[in-house]
Amino acid sequence: MNTLLTKKKEPIDKLAAASGRSLGAEALRRMLRSPVAITGGAITVLFLLLAIFAPLIAPKDPYERYLQDKVSLGQGIIPGAQPGFPLGVDDFGRDYLSRLLVGAQQTLLVGVLATVIGVLVGVLIGGLAGAFGGWVDTVLMRLVDVMLSVPSLLLAISVAALFQKPSQWTVILAVSMIGVPIFARLLRGSMLSQRGSDHVLAATSLGVKRTAIVFRHMLPNSLGPVIVQATLTLATAILEAAALSFLGLGDPDPNRAEWGIMLSRAARQFLDVRPELAYYPAIAIIVVALGFTLLGESLREALDPKNRR
Amino acid sequence: MALLEVRDLTVNFVRRGERSFTAVDGVSFDVEPGQTVGLVGESGCGKSVTSLAIMRLLARRGNTVSGSVRFEGTDLLKLSDKDMRDRRGRDLGMVFQDPLSSLNPVIPIGLQITEVLERHRGMSRKAASIEATDLLDKVGIPDPSRRLSEYPHQLSGGMRQRALIAIALACRPRLLIADEPTTALDVTIQAQILALLRELVQDTGTALIMITHDLGVVAGLCDEVNVLYGGKIVERAQRHQLFAEPRHPYTHGLLASIPRLDAGRGEKLIPIRGSVADNIPWDHGCAFAPRCPNALPVCRETQPQLVPDRAGLLRCHNPVRPAVAAGGGAR
Repeated sequence: MNTLLTKKKEPIDKLAAASGRSLGAEALRRMLRSPVAITGGAITVLFLLLAIFAPLIAPKDPYERYLQDKVSLGQGIIPGAQPGFPLGVDDFGRDYLSRLLVGAQQTLLVGVLATVIGVLVGVLIGGLAGAFGGWVDTVLMRLVDVMLSVPSLLLAISVAALFQKPSQWTVILAVSMIGVPIFARLLRGSMLSQRGSDHVLAATSLGVKRTAIVFRHMLPNSLGPVIVQATLTLATAILEAAALSFLGLGDPDPNRAEWGIMLSRAARQFLDVRPELAYYPAIAIIVVALGFTLLGESLREALDPKNRR
Repeated sequence: MALLEVRDLTVNFVRRGERSFTAVDGVSFDVEPGQTVGLVGESGCGKSVTSLAIMRLLARRGNTVSGSVRFEGTDLLKLSDKDMRDRRGRDLGMVFQDPLSSLNPVIPIGLQITEVLERHRGMSRKAASIEATDLLDKVGIPDPSRRLSEYPHQLSGGMRQRALIAIALACRPRLLIADEPTTALDVTIQAQILALLRELVQDTGTALIMITHDLGVVAGLCDEVNVLYGGKIVERAQRHQLFAEPRHPYTHGLLASIPRLDAGRGEKLIPIRGSVADNIPWDHGCAFAPRCPNALPVCRETQPQLVPDRAGLLRCHNPVRPAVAAGGGAR
């Protein structure tokens, strides 16, 4: 029985061995050898862990207002360093370090979701335009032109304003719209250049079906720039979300700890007296953005078989 | 009945606001099963456009194709897009000039072969993989099962062209069109690829249309040769006859401009004057007349017709006399 099985399995095993390392496995192997990828990956993983375990790590309750006795004295809380609060407190007396840690969660949610939605919609539009060309392309790209002609923040504001009640989700949706025209254009451009490429002509000369040409021959060769752009968009998405809340179109929950909101509040209200309260979330955003960008760049390089050694 | 009958094939490139440009002008030829037919000429003579028109691979817009291309009696130009797609790769295969850019860089060679097998021969992925290994072996790629999982950039130029040939022949098409398949390769690899093509054509009985500017390729491979100039066939002959006694001054000029081992020391190569004119003035006499050493006044006034000449065809008012042509002798 056993021998029969092994015998039968042999050609399949051989084939599996023949198909060798898949593109994904090969990419992973290459990324593990690249210091850039490891740095980016480490930052990203750290950020993810922080986001997941923040409530456990945070030294104090991030929503609790401390030092209320000082408020009752009529002086108001002076934000900034206070004994027992490593990074100080904000103007409500809340522990800044804990808020920063917990903020990783919200920031991740807003940044990643807004980018992912933007990529999905953008890839759909750009992919359709690039795959079909002709009037489909013309109509979709004029739509994209309209989106591009509106300043990005204004676009987000108008989308956010469409909803009666602002919430976290309307913010995410509004911010995602900023990325849509950029992704759509990028993908459409590289799809069009793929259309005219020799290997697509060769595939056509073999009678390969149109869906296979689009999905197997054009799309995989066109996604590189989109991946890189997505990593860059992630950082701006965090900032755009902050700008929306700054304008009163953001998440109405005052308790919500989110880096962009923390940055814009600190920058507006006490940049002159306590600049460090703006620096902390700003540095956090920059580091995370850098992490994603490095990871994205090395991912693109690793996924490009032409770079393979 | 011939396998492929091209009749009066004409391709016009039309751009808005510009005069249309006739790239292929009333080209007719036959390909018999198992026969190798050459289409020869310099850049811009319409040879590649002819092949793309036969395969219906020209862009949908910006050109008009007329005439007929009968493959086993069916006019390919009249088929629906879907029917044409079903035939491409299955009945007609094509090998392109640049093997690297003609392969999809992000998927392994194996998948590019099995894709076609699954599409046209309805094979399972597993059966297709086994067949693909056989095919790579047949085109002389060593260690084929390992190569299946490799990407185009991992193969050498010659290997890539072999892989491309394997893909084109995967479904055993009855006609293979090779568009300058050796141009991007160095000379020793060229010879290998030509030998491979010759062998495959003989083994499988596939008919071959060889498109080239290289008369050396023609000499080694083709049964019948069509010489194109300015989108028209100017001379057709059997290979031996063409090399022994070229009749058209253009063919003669092409042969005289090739270096030969048996040429005397110090003997000069004779180039053809000028270059292919952009807009073909066939309507005012012979397009080759401005460059032709034999040109007569009539050549600039009356368009020469393609007429039977010995065993072939010739379009010339003042052909090269056999005695004069001796210099262009056989290779």
